[in-house]
Amino acid sequence: MYDIRINNDLRMHSNMCIRHKFFLGRMAAEEQKIEKLQDEINQLREELQRKERELFDLKFKKYHDNKYCLGLTATDIMRYSRQMLLSQFSITGQIALKKSRVLIVGMGGLGCPCALYLAAAGIGELTIVDYDEVELTNLHRQVLHGENDIGIPKILSAYNRLKNLNSNIKIIPIHTHANSSTLTDLFKNKTFDVVVDGSDNVATRYLLNDICVLNNLPLVSGSALQMEGQLTVYNYNKGPCYRCLFPVPPPPDTVMNCGDGGVLGPVPGIIGTLQALEVIKTCTSCFTVPGIIGTLQALEVIKILTKQGGVLSSRLLTFDACEAVFRNVKLRTRNSRCAVCGDDPTITTLIDYEEFCGASAHDKVIDVDILRKDDHIPVKELSSKPETLLIDVRPTLEFAMCNLDNSYNFPYSYIKKGKDLDKLRKKLEDYSTNGNEVLIICRRGNDSQRAVLQLKEIFTDLPLKFLNVLGGLYAYSNAVDSSFPIY
Amino acid sequence: MVGIQLFYEMNVLPITVEFSGGAELLFDNKRHYNIDLPNKDKWKLSDLLLWLKDNLLSERPELFIQNNSVRPGILVLVNDSDWELMDTVDYVIQPNDKIVFISTLHGG
Repeated sequence: MYDIRINNDLRMHSNMCIRHKFFLGRMAAEEQKIEKLQDEINQLREELQRKERELFDLKFKKYHDNKYCLGLTATDIMRYSRQMLLSQFSITGQIALKKSRVLIVGMGGLGCPCALYLAAAGIGELTIVDYDEVELTNLHRQVLHGENDIGIPKILSAYNRLKNLNSNIKIIPIHTHANSSTLTDLFKNKTFDVVVDGSDNVATRYLLNDICVLNNLPLVSGSALQMEGQLTVYNYNKGPCYRCLFPVPPPPDTVMNCGDGGVLGPVPGIIGTLQALEVIKTCTSCFTVPGIIGTLQALEVIKILTKQGGVLSSRLLTFDACEAVFRNVKLRTRNSRCAVCGDDPTITTLIDYEEFCGASAHDKVIDVDILRKDDHIPVKELSSKPETLLIDVRPTLEFAMCNLDNSYNFPYSYIKKGKDLDKLRKKLEDYSTNGNEVLIICRRGNDSQRAVLQLKEIFTDLPLKFLNVLGGLYAYSNAVDSSFPIY
Repeated sequence: MVGIQLFYEMNVLPITVEFSGGAELLFDNKRHYNIDLPNKDKWKLSDLLLWLKDNLLSERPELFIQNNSVRPGILVLVNDSDWELMDTVDYVIQPNDKIVFISTLHGG
């Protein structure tokens, strides 16, 4: 009952999110139609789930008693037999899993496969925390979410998928942003045996580290970006914690996110993933780093809970998908002077992690506003200036994905480094005989502002006025032509 | 044998240096370097950091070196072990050592 109640709360919330999301720039009629359909689908889905549950219960009812086996039902024995046949695991391992409570923070590329395998393996209680809603750009790696989940909270689609996979475990979805106060509340009300870090930013990584040290819990930490992944277990068996390794957070501008750096996505399962990897590698080099690391995280959780040993503590596993190389390196032991897990800790309660890292606790881009008012031009005015030079300062790779007619690509990184500026000068000089305005555009309207500032400085001698296209191509898609892809 | 002979004759110190996790972006986007360090009495890791900065680093030195060590968020490995298990910047480099710089990832 508990789960279903949460589920309904979430559904109401998700409808509100959808309402809010589609409010922007959509005709009211279309919006109403979408909302009505969404409500109908939700009702049908609920009814379908109810009937499926009824069928499952009828089919397996006869296996619910347990007169032949201690601690597990007959369904459990059948269901989990393939892992219970392992001598390292056995019935003891299965009972240990059934009694365990695991917290996963982040239902993204790492959290999805990790939760999938843990639910499948029969963890007793799985708490999943995420604040975000499903977007189309998530689906290539966040395998619990489907096309029909776009716009709803990730934990709701994850909850539905996981519950569908294993109705015998307790899944607690919590739609919140993990910060010092929400996690303090969560830990007041619940206890956990292991925490999984599937987050996407530095501040949350320090937060989870500290709360695990303060509660004496192992932290299974994974990360993935582009073609690489990293995995280790912190605060376990005299191994180091995150702060032992990284007492000082990295400078914010050295941290890249999936939205900027890209990430090659996922199919859950190490073996399936690696098999797919070898097959796919022959035609393209696309595959599944977060899937692999998330799955490995699930594996570490099971090893800790079933006390099998061989836990990846004081070691770091790195995976280089380009070369298909796993590297398993030896890490330092716990630092007795560590600020949080040392002998005389200075951090004894949670701090403000965004302030500590000088960066926010999510991987969304924060918009900048560094120009004067008259340095901007609204995106709607683009069409009235077909003859005006339009410079797209996105990376070449992104420009090749989609671009506006007659736009000229000169990446911001070139301007920053001073690369090929003579080529750009030639272009500008040729142009300056017919026009005096130059429009600068990028993906979201941030780099274009930085570019305007620098171009003004570099080309002071030319009779040109550099203007930033407000909001970039995202704004173009929202306000002018929605068929331009938002990526 | 030829390699060893060459090593003694020229007195260079052959090592491999690798970058990953994004650290390679500071080094021309190349992950693997075979390097012969020039003749010198003793090569400490701190000397190597400066040498890399002067000879291989292609951009923004502050994203690699800060306060005579690597910047926060980069792990240094000597032959697949954390340099904290050695003497960090004071470790004396041996012939054929493999030094790896891994920038930690945060994405998920």
